[in-house]
Amino acid sequence: MSPSLNALFINGSYLLASVLFILALKWMSAPITARRGVAAGVAGMAAAIGGTLIQPDVEYYRPILIAMVAGTAVGLPLSMVALTAVPQRTALSHAFGALAAALVGSAKYYLHHDTLDAVTMTAIIFEVLLGSLTFTGSLMACGKLMEIIPTRPITYRNQNVINLGLLTLAVVIGIVLIINPSLWWLFPVMLLLGLIFGVLLIIPIGGADMPTVISLLNSYAGLAAVAMGFVLDNKVLIIAGALDGSSGFILSVIMCKAMNRSFTNVLFGAFGQIQTAAAATEQKAYRSASPEEAASILEAARSVVIVPGYGMAVAQAQHKVRELHDALTKKGVDVKFAIHPVAGRMPGHMNVLLAEADIPYDKLVEMDDINPEMPQTDVALIIGANDVTNPSARHDKSSPIFGMPIIDVDKAHSVMVIKRSMNPGFAGIDNELYYLDKTMMLFGDAKGFVADIVKELAHGGH
Amino acid sequence: MNPLAAETATTSSMVSNLYVFLLATFIGLEVIRRVSPLLHTPLMSLTNAISAIAVVGAISIAGMGPGHGDRFSMWLGAIAVFASMTNIVSGYLITDRMLKMFKKREGGRP
Repeated sequence: MSPSLNALFINGSYLLASVLFILALKWMSAPITARRGVAAGVAGMAAAIGGTLIQPDVEYYRPILIAMVAGTAVGLPLSMVALTAVPQRTALSHAFGALAAALVGSAKYYLHHDTLDAVTMTAIIFEVLLGSLTFTGSLMACGKLMEIIPTRPITYRNQNVINLGLLTLAVVIGIVLIINPSLWWLFPVMLLLGLIFGVLLIIPIGGADMPTVISLLNSYAGLAAVAMGFVLDNKVLIIAGALDGSSGFILSVIMCKAMNRSFTNVLFGAFGQIQTAAAATEQKAYRSASPEEAASILEAARSVVIVPGYGMAVAQAQHKVRELHDALTKKGVDVKFAIHPVAGRMPGHMNVLLAEADIPYDKLVEMDDINPEMPQTDVALIIGANDVTNPSARHDKSSPIFGMPIIDVDKAHSVMVIKRSMNPGFAGIDNELYYLDKTMMLFGDAKGFVADIVKELAHGGH
Repeated sequence: MNPLAAETATTSSMVSNLYVFLLATFIGLEVIRRVSPLLHTPLMSLTNAISAIAVVGAISIAGMGPGHGDRFSMWLGAIAVFASMTNIVSGYLITDRMLKMFKKREGGRP
């Protein structure tokens, strides 16, 4: 192939890939077209890889092939994890993406450090710093989600000062390198500082904040890819990275709003640390009920809204909940699911968990859409959720979750809560919902209790 | 090319790259705002797979011939190809796997 034709092919493949990537995200807007989006993404990726392989400066194919085969061998099992493990897989993939950026930036510096101009050098510093801190940060997030690292915030004295000091030092070294790229020994120092900062950034963040953290790391990984695009002067990289970065940004904003927190508060607040607040343990009266009673009330209802939380997934109760949905629907009860944005461990997680249990997606209703319907709802059934149903978030200024948007279950005619015991949950905040006159506590394991209700419904139905 | 001209060339390509970045971010924000919250998890795994386009840069480092790269840079590039390829394969496959689960009710009321 002549050089100009070759260049035409390469640029054409990158342009095609860019268009396909944008279309892929556009088609993600609705479930009907979403799978077409995946196909467009795959096609775009294939085009870009094909275009790169015919580049004249790519001379050795062996290392590329071996690496691709190895990557596929690791990627295949990672795509088959249980859906409860999707958040940790996602965190791990942010780590891989960031690692690639950090490595490519480092290689670029290593090969050309005596000829790099300030502009390219700035892009390399961005790429390597963002890549290294996102790499270790995402590994830490993954470890917290897998619970091999303590999920509670780990704090020490002057934490924020030390962390910011480290980051500042790394940035200063970066600036020195931009001014004088030949100080090669400073480069590994900066890389190391980036890696350490990534670890320190995530350890003070509690498990409950992981949805925000994953989204934020997603954004960083995207920006690292953008920086790589600037270093290599490659526009498809810039476009794909910008799409990834903006997606992560939007999701982080949504997650922050859903918890009424700011970015700074998530990153530096060490939330979930003060768990001793549950001092006011005066005995308040509550009502409990048996599966039989629960079944007869549900059966008599016209409309039921089920509010699932991550506790439902922990108890592996999704399939039993689906059976409950089927049994009630068959009896003419209108059943819907109310999904709080932070109901799972990453954005949209609860929807995926319920979809896996074959619950039709048109029954999954977002918080903002279900809340206006709550006053006309006969029964709100809460399974494995706590804080997102706590009315004190609306009125109690002293509550740690004050201002957090909640699902207004207390406005339903009656409320049922499936819970192991009266112990306050993960965040250690007592829920006044449990002491309302209209609330019935259903004590037991979520899976077992729902199964009992389903059994009762089957018997009563004949 | 004299050093000054080279400097000017990188600066002008940097400026056009900045335009591309800003426009792509704008498109990204507009397009992603329209994605239903129902699909936020598959969205994140899809964008993640897409940003594994970094494989393109990794390939160009790993496959450099002698005179451009050496053994060390080849290793850095190859590990980067491996990391990106892992994301491409697992990202697209798991996105599709999740999306297949989203079904409207079969039969019954619409």
